[in-house]
Amino acid sequence: METYLFYALALILVTFSILTVTARNPVRSAVYLVSALLAVAGFFFLLEAEFVGAVQVLVYVGGIMVLFLFVIMLVSIEALDRQPKVSRQWRTGVVLAVVLCLELSLLIFRGTVSLEEGLAEPGIITTTETMNTEAVGTVLYSTYLLPFEIASVLLLVAIVGAVVLAKKEI
Amino acid sequence: MIGPNHYLFLSAIVFTIGAVGVLTRRNVIIIFMSIELMLNAVNLNLIAFSAHLQDLAGQVFVVFVITVAAAEAAVGLGIVIALFRNRETINMDEIDLMRG
Repeated sequence: METYLFYALALILVTFSILTVTARNPVRSAVYLVSALLAVAGFFFLLEAEFVGAVQVLVYVGGIMVLFLFVIMLVSIEALDRQPKVSRQWRTGVVLAVVLCLELSLLIFRGTVSLEEGLAEPGIITTTETMNTEAVGTVLYSTYLLPFEIASVLLLVAIVGAVVLAKKEI
Repeated sequence: MIGPNHYLFLSAIVFTIGAVGVLTRRNVIIIFMSIELMLNAVNLNLIAFSAHLQDLAGQVFVVFVITVAAAEAAVGLGIVIALFRNRETINMDEIDLMRG
């Protein structure tokens, strides 16, 4: 069952990723990306990370992609459709991407560190007694409290920066 | 049985597709979406290892990656709007103010 779900979600993810990158119209690209992000959320649920899956759907699909669609509406240019969609250096880009894919495959298939052994010392164990959300919250507010606060400061800086950048006169 | 190697390979494929988008497209907004795709490939890796090693740190890291992605999208799209207002283009080939 898990195997079938994995391959179905993998097919959806790869298909919609390719469509996102190749679509000519940015709005279509955004809708395909939403489908790809939902497939990633499906993987999160499959891997029993329910909290992160819910955050993925709420923040990515509900927040970031709506932001993208608004900006696409604000800067939409009809003339863009008749221009070539790839940039001047697309040959170099494809060559570099193929090299990157070969490197990653080499790392995965020829890596010397065995994944089966696991870590030398176990980290924070996920227990089945508590809910996933509760466990993530406990870790987030104890071990990772300082990074959590820094992330909130980063969000504040991003809000101020976005407002300043989008202002009429700077 | 599905192991971490399956997820690693899937993530590598999605990351490469995102990289192709970043390197070959002309539209800045689609380049941004390709970057989001690459970030999601990394998130998939983190969650796969979190499940494999039974360690919650990976899930916490994904929360941070999503935070940074949200901040990046807000600032980046602000830049796109400012750029479109000043240069009337969102085409990568025409944004070459810093060319020597």
